[in-house]
Amino acid sequence: MPRLDAVRRHEIVFSLNGAPARVEVEPRTLLTDALRHGLGMTGTHVGCEHGVCGACTVAIDGEPARACLTLAVAVEGCEVRTVEALAPEPGRLGVLQAAFRRHHALQCGFCTAGILMSLDAYLRCRPHATRAELTEVIGGHLCRCTGYAPIIAAAVEAAAVLRGESIEETPSHA
Amino acid sequence: MKPARFDYLRAASLDEALAAIARHGDEARIVAGGQSLVPMLNMRLTKPGLLVDVMRIETLRTPRRENGALVVPAGTRQAILLDRPHVADELPLLAAALPFVGHVQTRARGTLCGSVAHADPSAEIPLCLVALEGEVHLRSAKRARRVRADDFFVGMMVTDRAHDELVEAIGLPLRAPGTGYAFAEVGRRHGDFAIVACAAVVDGRRMRLAVGGVADRPTARDWPLLDGTALDDALNALAWDLGAGEDIHATARYRRDLVRRLGRRVLEQAAEEARRCQG
Repeated sequence: MPRLDAVRRHEIVFSLNGAPARVEVEPRTLLTDALRHGLGMTGTHVGCEHGVCGACTVAIDGEPARACLTLAVAVEGCEVRTVEALAPEPGRLGVLQAAFRRHHALQCGFCTAGILMSLDAYLRCRPHATRAELTEVIGGHLCRCTGYAPIIAAAVEAAAVLRGESIEETPSHA
Repeated sequence: MKPARFDYLRAASLDEALAAIARHGDEARIVAGGQSLVPMLNMRLTKPGLLVDVMRIETLRTPRRENGALVVPAGTRQAILLDRPHVADELPLLAAALPFVGHVQTRARGTLCGSVAHADPSAEIPLCLVALEGEVHLRSAKRARRVRADDFFVGMMVTDRAHDELVEAIGLPLRAPGTGYAFAEVGRRHGDFAIVACAAVVDGRRMRLAVGGVADRPTARDWPLLDGTALDDALNALAWDLGAGEDIHATARYRRDLVRRLGRRVLEQAAEEARRCQG
């Protein structure tokens, strides 16, 4: 491919939540900024901007990825999935989101989009994930509100719902 | 922060990547999974003029067995190796250590060769490569060469790689009969860089211990089979020789203590496993 000039903007084409997306970026533009500023998709949050906090996690070709450690030019032709894809329609919550709500698995909500995307990617590949595995996935994220227990409870319950198992109606506050 | 400006080349072939780094010398940096380099770009600790992305090069994707080693090319992501069927049989040390490398989310992107090229003295993959006496396969437009892991790591984030060379692959020796392997580390949290990490390889004649996080590079020692106070003395001498420093995470004394204790633990565990498979 031709070398992309540092001071120019270049069009990249990829799939975003199942629909074709185009955005013009400099080579140095991070995927977080391409999504938020270029495409107005502000569900993906920017926290530490060096890969530690996990708030910006999205799925690229089905695998979780820190959008802040991904150059936008590197996702040319890839399938990117963000938190905006989780709700089946406006006003309704996806299975993971509903479990998070039942379990009070968020307070300020800043870290939530990233955690949801990590769990979404993981459970798609491993629907029978154990509590220990889900705890490790959540360990790749920083949450300074909840103490993690309700997040883990929500993840375990969402996994069961996605497998088609029935769950207790009473929400646990972990 | 955001990276400073750079040109970007998504190389379609090995030759294209090698030609680019030959032309641009130390102005160019190779990027693979980006899990070490992009944080440094974001913090502007490095400002390359050109990034050469090697992740679309088909021939650098798939590990292959070759002369008793698994040759892992530049494009193999850590998660791919960890998900490899029977990885615990063919590379027990890597199977034990890889879960400590970052998190699920970073292993899904980060590569083994990228971690080796980055050469953080606390990183687990360089440590395993040294413990296993593996090789680094370097290639430039002009030549290819293989360097022993012990000689590749020169100092903190400094390696034997020349500016026009790519870490094309690493060669990880496969499990040998009658040999035991063990890994352990202590860090502030799982997924953080280790304060001290230890990897041991023990067979019927020899024990080898590699230590990360203390000296400016992963460092290994070989001993005949030792136990009791002879092993204590050997570990104590190693702990002092590594020249532990003090930082925000740990005192030098604590690091030396971890070398003695984790070192003994992994050597004993590997020796026990070696006895079992000789059994």
